[in-house]
Amino acid sequence: MSKSSPVSAAEFNPSPLALGPGFRALFYKECLRFWKVAFQTVVAPVVTTLLYLLIFSHVLESNVKVYDGRVGYTAFLIPGLVMMAVLQNAFANSSSSLIQSKMMRSVIFILLPPITSFEIFCAYVGGAMVRGLCVGLGVWLITFPFVGAAAAVPQHPLWVIAFAAGGSAIMGTLGLIAGIWSEKFDHLAVFQNFIIMPLTFLSGVFYSIHSLPAFWQGMSHFNPFFYMIDGFRYGFFGLSDVSPARSLAVVAFFVVFLSIVAMRMLATGYKLRP
Amino acid sequence: MKSVSSSVAAVEVTDVSKSYPNVRALNHVSLRVEQGEFFALLGPNGAGKTTLISILAGLTRADSGTAKIMGFDTVTAYRDARRNLGVVPQELVFDPFFTVRETMALQAKYYGVSKADAWIDEILHHLDLTSKANANMRALSGGMKRRVLVGQALVHKPPVIVLDEPTAGVDVELRQNLWTFIKRLNSEGHTIILTTHYLEEAEALCNRVAMLKGGEVVALDTTTNLLRGATGITVQVSADALPAAWQARGSVQASGAFGFTLSGFSELETLLAAFREANITIKEMKLGEADLEQAFLRLTSKEAA
Repeated sequence: MSKSSPVSAAEFNPSPLALGPGFRALFYKECLRFWKVAFQTVVAPVVTTLLYLLIFSHVLESNVKVYDGRVGYTAFLIPGLVMMAVLQNAFANSSSSLIQSKMMRSVIFILLPPITSFEIFCAYVGGAMVRGLCVGLGVWLITFPFVGAAAAVPQHPLWVIAFAAGGSAIMGTLGLIAGIWSEKFDHLAVFQNFIIMPLTFLSGVFYSIHSLPAFWQGMSHFNPFFYMIDGFRYGFFGLSDVSPARSLAVVAFFVVFLSIVAMRMLATGYKLRP
Repeated sequence: MKSVSSSVAAVEVTDVSKSYPNVRALNHVSLRVEQGEFFALLGPNGAGKTTLISILAGLTRADSGTAKIMGFDTVTAYRDARRNLGVVPQELVFDPFFTVRETMALQAKYYGVSKADAWIDEILHHLDLTSKANANMRALSGGMKRRVLVGQALVHKPPVIVLDEPTAGVDVELRQNLWTFIKRLNSEGHTIILTTHYLEEAEALCNRVAMLKGGEVVALDTTTNLLRGATGITVQVSADALPAAWQARGSVQASGAFGFTLSGFSELETLLAAFREANITIKEMKLGEADLEQAFLRLTSKEAA
């Protein structure tokens, strides 16, 4: 065994914004982690979302009109549910991975190697996006038979991809922040139950905000989740409550803002390297 | 990776201080470990050993001072510093999602070592884990998990290896295998830094010793010199009582005998005379030579302070 380190210098780009082998390994680990328990992390949320669809579409299909009746309620509901699944699972992946490794102290395995803050950030958020998009894809595929290809196939797929990627990036980053900040599972539950869940349910997943009283319509515009859902839905129907460009701008702002916060936490070692 | 001169210290700690709320963990600690040394870091609980190791590993940030691994600053050149360091943590930590082999392979990849299968096989063999390579980490005993931690620290073949209580919970036979393996690494040029509660291990393995107490280095010398300084003898006496003048110095051993550390044989005469004068019969007596434990106790005791 040679005394010198076998790592080739070329593999480790010294630039702090480069993604080297440490990123690839950590990203792979983040994906492998959720894939090993795919029944819990992918199949279960798909089934849960299917139950939402069955119940809400059965009860409300003939009672609720959206977009002046131009889209059926079940068809309207599906993009909202897909996006909700993407957002919740992206958040769950990064937050649960980090809090678990913090609680079990195995976070040391990623703090000891020469992995940069940027690589850690990209690996966790990337893993969260993959899980969110896997679950979203699963929900979309399983809901196909309920509305048929005409309503389920997006009219503007690029908008769908942009909002799915942006939304999952926001929630993956938020999960990373929550995971770093939380010192126990209880803290994470506060984040999940009192911030993520209410904002998701009040974002227009189940309704168009035009059906709300004026006050709540106005309040909805302060909910960033509303823009993610509304923009994503625009990709399917070409119809939305606000302009998709405006929604995309809001999503882009939150991606950048939350990324700066998360990167700052990682770079300063906040609650990770005391 | 930048090349380093052989004159560069494996570890160089300069004036490092670290405080936590209400605790000063390290107080202006400086020490230097040369390449190829087998170095012991000893001290009672709370002495600051793990804090010092955490600073070397980049797990904790020092309030002041600098720490270097193979000449690379652990803050400003942290990637090079970490690439040159392998750490076996004190706590028994593991990731429950993965098998032993996956755990080792992932750790290797974190360091950029992508084709480490042969080396991982060799590590598993030396740590007697080959049969557990595909077992989930949750299924391992505490001793096996400890050995996986040792393996994880070695996957990137670091020139400097820090072992923080590596044999805690490992049975005697496997402990010997582990030390044989670590000694081989040391003979091949790897610098080994060891903290252990088994002082006989440090005495048998390490060339030099630093003793910490209350966040300060109270001794930093070769093991030979420390043992030379630990003059005196240990005495264990089985008797029904102790002479009044010796009651403060005697400690009750697990066997029920009274234990004393004496400066030499002249003081032993004084002790025996005290027993005679007090008319107390000595049922059994055992003498022992000075060892690292005595040096440790002397240097970390309140009297020494």
